Amino acid sequence: MRQRYNLGYLFSEGFHSIFTHGFMSFAAVCMIVCCLLIMGSFSLVAVNAAYNFSDLEKDNQFSAFIDETIPQEQARALQDEIEAVPNVARAEFVTKEQAQAEFEQDYVGNPLFEDLPSDVYRDRFHIYLEDISKLAETEAAVKQVEGVAHTNSAPEIAEGFGVIRNIASAVAIILVGILLLVSLFIISNTIKLAFFNRRDEIAIMKMCGATNSFVRWPFVIEGMILGLSGGIVAFFLQWGIYSLVSQAINGTDSIDLIKVVSFQPVAMLVLGSFLLIGLVIGVLGALLAIRKFLQV
Amino acid sequence: MIRLIDIQKSYDNGTKALKGVNMRIDDGEFVFLVGPSGSGKSTILKLITAEIAPSGGRLMVNGYNLNNITPRQVPHMRRTLGVVFQDFRLIEKKTVQENLEFAMQAVGASPREIRKRVAYVLDLVGLLPKSKQRPDQLSGGEQQRVAIARALVNNPQMIIADEPTGNLDPMRSLEIMMLLERINELGTTILVVTHERELVNRFSKRVVAIENGRIISDETGGYYNHETTL
Repeated sequence: MRQRYNLGYLFSEGFHSIFTHGFMSFAAVCMIVCCLLIMGSFSLVAVNAAYNFSDLEKDNQFSAFIDETIPQEQARALQDEIEAVPNVARAEFVTKEQAQAEFEQDYVGNPLFEDLPSDVYRDRFHIYLEDISKLAETEAAVKQVEGVAHTNSAPEIAEGFGVIRNIASAVAIILVGILLLVSLFIISNTIKLAFFNRRDEIAIMKMCGATNSFVRWPFVIEGMILGLSGGIVAFFLQWGIYSLVSQAINGTDSIDLIKVVSFQPVAMLVLGSFLLIGLVIGVLGALLAIRKFLQV
Repeated sequence: MIRLIDIQKSYDNGTKALKGVNMRIDDGEFVFLVGPSGSGKSTILKLITAEIAPSGGRLMVNGYNLNNITPRQVPHMRRTLGVVFQDFRLIEKKTVQENLEFAMQAVGASPREIRKRVAYVLDLVGLLPKSKQRPDQLSGGEQQRVAIARALVNNPQMIIADEPTGNLDPMRSLEIMMLLERINELGTTILVVTHERELVNRFSKRVVAIENGRIISDETGGYYNHETTL
C-alpha cells in the first residue's frame, strides 16, 4: 500500500524546522555560500585562465622553411597545401627578404649579425595551430609537404600549457572535492540537530505507523531549502565579487595582458551549477544525517 | 489478535527477559498484563510493537507474522495498534487537536478524514471543548485522555497502554480505566500493563501475570492477587 503524502504538511514541517534552530540553519547556509563562492571563484579563474591561454595559444606557431631551390612564386603556392594539413589554422608566407629585415631589426646594433648575406635566409611559412597540444603531429605532417626543407618549433611551450592546465584542473578538483565534503558534513550536522530536536515527535510518528519515507521527507526538504538558499545567496555574492574584481583588473594599466571574461555569458551556468550543487549537498546531507536514526 | 507461542527474548548483555511465553489475546478482549519491574512486561510490549525481534518462538500481531515481517511492513502493522504511555508523550507545542491531527497525518490520512475523525474521537474522550488548548494547560488525567484519543484516532484494532495511570491520582486513574473500558465496549481490543492492584481488582477483566520472564497466571475475570508480583 502506497502512502499518500500531504505535501503542504511536509513543506511546512521542513520550513518550520529551519526556523526552530535558526542559528544552525544560518551557519549551514553560510557554509554552503562560502564553499560555493570558493568553488565558483576558482572555476571562474579557471575559465579566465583557459580563455587567456587559448588567446596565447592562437599566437603560438612554428615555422616551415622552404627548400631554397624552389622559386619564390612556387613556394608561395604551397600555402594551400600546408593549410590543408589537419590542425593548421592558417599559414602565413614570409619571403626571405622579409625574414632578413625582421632578423636585422631584432638584432640591431649587434655586429655579429650585421652584413649577413641574403642567401642564408629562406622563404618560410609561419604556421598557426588550432590545438597546440597536437603540435608534434602537425609539424610531422607539414614536413611531409613537398618543398618543405625543415621546420622549427618550440614544443616546450605547448607542453608548458598542458602542464599548467593539468595542474590547475587537479588543484581545482581536489579543492572542490574537499569543500563539498565540508559542506556535506555541516548540512548533515544541521539536519542531525533538527532530527534530535524532533526525536520525540518522530518516535510518536513511528509508533503511529509513519513510514520511513514520510519521516524522512521534511528533513530532505529542509536540506533542499538550505542548499538552494545557499546557492542563490552565493550566486549574487559571486556576481558582485566578480564584477568588482573584473572592474579592478580592467581599470589597471599594468595588467593589460589579462583579459577578463564578462559575467553575463556565464551567469546562467554559474546559477545553475550553484543551485544544483546546493540541492545535491542539501539532500545528501539530510539523507546521511537521518539514515541511522530511522532504524526503529 | 495477538499470539505469542513459546516466545523467548535474550538481550545482547545476556539477560534472558522472556523464557518461553505463551499468550493469546483475541479481538475484543480487555486484558491486564501485570508483574513486577524486570519481569518482562516491557519486553512483551516492545515485541508486539516490533521495536525488537524475538530470539525464539512465534509471534503474530493482527495478522502479521512478526518473525519474518519486512521493514516496509512494520509501519502498516503498527497502524493496527494504538499505544498509550505512562508519560503521555504529547507534543507540547501543538494543541490537543493538532496532536491528534499529527498522528493521522503520519499515516497519510486526507484532511477531510482528519477533520471528521479528530472531532469524533475528541468527543468520545470528552475533550472536544478543550481541543484548542495545549497539553500544558490540561490536567494529568486530561493529558492522558488526549494520549488515548491519539492512540484511537487511526482506528486501531488494539490499544496497548503502558502504565497509563502511573502518573495520575486514584480518581483520574479510575476515569482513564473507565474510558478504556468504554473504548473496549465499542470493539477495540485493550491491553493494559499496570502495577496498580486496586485498579485491576476493581475491573473484572482477564489478568495475565508475568514474573521472571514467564507467565505465572492467566485468569479471565480474575484478580491481581499474586503477592509475589507486588
